[in-house]
Amino acid sequence: MKPGRARNLLVAACCAALLFPVLEPLRGPGRGIAQAADKITLQGTGATFPAPLYQRWFSEYNQLHPEVQINYQPLGSGAGVQQFTQQLVDFGASDAAMTDEEIAQVKPGVVLLPMTAGSVAIAYNLPNAPAELKLSREAYVGIFLGKITKWNDPKIAAANPGATMPDLDITPVARSDGSGTTYVFTNHLSTISDAWKSGPGTGKSIEWPAGVRGKGNAGVTALIKQTPGAVGYVEYGYAKQTGMPMATLENKAGKYIKIDAASQTAALSGVELPADLRAWLPDPAGAAAYPIVTYTWLLCYKTYDKPEVARTLKEVISYGLSDGQKFSEELGYIPLPANVVAAVTKAVERISP
Amino acid sequence: MSRAELALSLRSAGGNGDLGHAEAAGGISQPPSAFDVAADRALRALALGAAWAAVLIVILIVAEISHRALPAVREHGAGFLTARTWDANRANFGILPQIVGTLYSSFLGLAIGTVFGVAIAIFLSEGFLAAFLYTALKAVGYEDHRFWGTLPLRVEGLLKITIELLAAIPSVVYGLWGIFVVIPMIRPLADWLHAHLGWIPLFGTTLSGPGLLPASLVLAIMVLPTITAISRDALVAVPPKLREAAFGLGATHWEAILAVIVPAAATGIFGSIVLGFGRALGETVALAMLAGNANVISWSLFSPCSTLAALLANHFSEAASIEVGALMYAALVLLAITLVVNIVGAIILQRAEAGLKGLR
Repeated sequence: MKPGRARNLLVAACCAALLFPVLEPLRGPGRGIAQAADKITLQGTGATFPAPLYQRWFSEYNQLHPEVQINYQPLGSGAGVQQFTQQLVDFGASDAAMTDEEIAQVKPGVVLLPMTAGSVAIAYNLPNAPAELKLSREAYVGIFLGKITKWNDPKIAAANPGATMPDLDITPVARSDGSGTTYVFTNHLSTISDAWKSGPGTGKSIEWPAGVRGKGNAGVTALIKQTPGAVGYVEYGYAKQTGMPMATLENKAGKYIKIDAASQTAALSGVELPADLRAWLPDPAGAAAYPIVTYTWLLCYKTYDKPEVARTLKEVISYGLSDGQKFSEELGYIPLPANVVAAVTKAVERISP
Repeated sequence: MSRAELALSLRSAGGNGDLGHAEAAGGISQPPSAFDVAADRALRALALGAAWAAVLIVILIVAEISHRALPAVREHGAGFLTARTWDANRANFGILPQIVGTLYSSFLGLAIGTVFGVAIAIFLSEGFLAAFLYTALKAVGYEDHRFWGTLPLRVEGLLKITIELLAAIPSVVYGLWGIFVVIPMIRPLADWLHAHLGWIPLFGTTLSGPGLLPASLVLAIMVLPTITAISRDALVAVPPKLREAAFGLGATHWEAILAVIVPAAATGIFGSIVLGFGRALGETVALAMLAGNANVISWSLFSPCSTLAALLANHFSEAASIEVGALMYAALVLLAITLVVNIVGAIILQRAEAGLKGLR
């Protein structure tokens, strides 16, 4: 081929490439619009904590109602609240309920709906560990504060009579990325310890006094598994799936409580939901309650411009509250108690039209 | 002479020439058609546009980051560079541990990577492997065999491609490999070093799992393909007459390599190191997984550390607006460090090149 012809072909190809996106939508105009009218797509962004459950709901719902497509992007609670406030999405999700100030910024109004609840486990890697590792409140606050540095510290040994604790360094593992899980965990620590409250404090990402950080639940889990003597906090569903040993924690009543479905449900049932459904439970009171639990909220607008969006969203939420709760236990979440389901079902009616 | 005149004279020149010759060349003396001219101009404009777009994008990125970092720069000032905490709750931001961690891990990784990378490059360019295989084939009398005779060259090529393939592995895979292979592998050695030589600051802490050493080791492997490929090209490009002259003066193989060939290729080798350093500074995911991300400044190889790129990757998704400004400031610092490294590298490269001019 002559060089001139090769060049001409190249130019022609470039022109075609530039024009293609311009011309493509012009072909068959009727088809695309007809599809858009039948299908309803809801966009949501928010917490990673309930993401496995939400995504399960939405895919199951899509199988029952193929015309409804719900996209949920687990970018984090912070991003959820932010995009919801800027009205970039149809709904948001957050592990921390919105504050009054945040709610005031949203023009169409806000309906906060607790959709499920979860808990945070303290997982560990301790060679020759006792069958059940018990940690007192003083012990686990001390570990994450960097005050307790050895596994044979008397404060740990006292709660585990009969077990011989090794002379091994404790490596606390925390989340390096901002996370609702970190918020729930540090909120609990701040509630039970003044030293924590005035020190590291509560937040989605904080300045940890000791140890190392991993990215995401997966990163923390990997580090704990690879580091003898490591201890870290992981979302319960994740710890359960990966088969990590989890510590038995002392609760507000001074009882040592194993983390399981019963103790988590006990933690929820001890709390009365206020009218706005913003129940904080940084340290549940019940004698059988596991201490680190949280609700997680769906953020909806009070009024939607498009009636079909509001109608579809309400149906999806009703599905999540009824049939959807069945998936909770399997995925490591806590099914909502009946009184909570009733209260939330009533609150859904506040979404209009 | 104007363009029209030029075209005219070209045309008449073609007309006056030997007709038979022009036909034999397939009409090479034809004037460019209008389409030829238009296509030529369009292609030139496209190329020029693409070149300027690349420059423009860099400028836009720097401008955007600077613009968004400006409030944080005003608020935190130079203290940002020397403070040691990153506490979004109290709006206390400082990146000294990250700056130290970035430089420490990059230098360490680069040092390890350079030693191995240059050694591999010498091994590949000097034909040690091929010579060994040739001797082995000769022993069994297969050195001129149709298939086996080409084996030495093929094995060498395979080795080269394998090392270059390291560059194609995604960094998240390196991170996972680091967590599940490197850390358990170095743990016994690290524990032994800390127990017996703990008084040396380098071994001052116990291995916390992720930390500086695992991060640097993985970084070393990540910069290896860059250093090896470019160093090898530089070594191969050394003029054969230099090597022959060295042998002629009575140098042994190793004397020739170390005293003549490597110095002659020093420019290229140094260039590969500068490129590798750029890669090490900007590496994000693998380091976020392996560095431990703790705000700690320590000499110890076993202590967790944090890097600027990992800080950005970890904090961006959930950052509130006040933190975003500080992160942009950190990004600006990372950009500045990378820029300074590349400029210094370019200057040294230029000096080294000037010193070697007579050789080429």
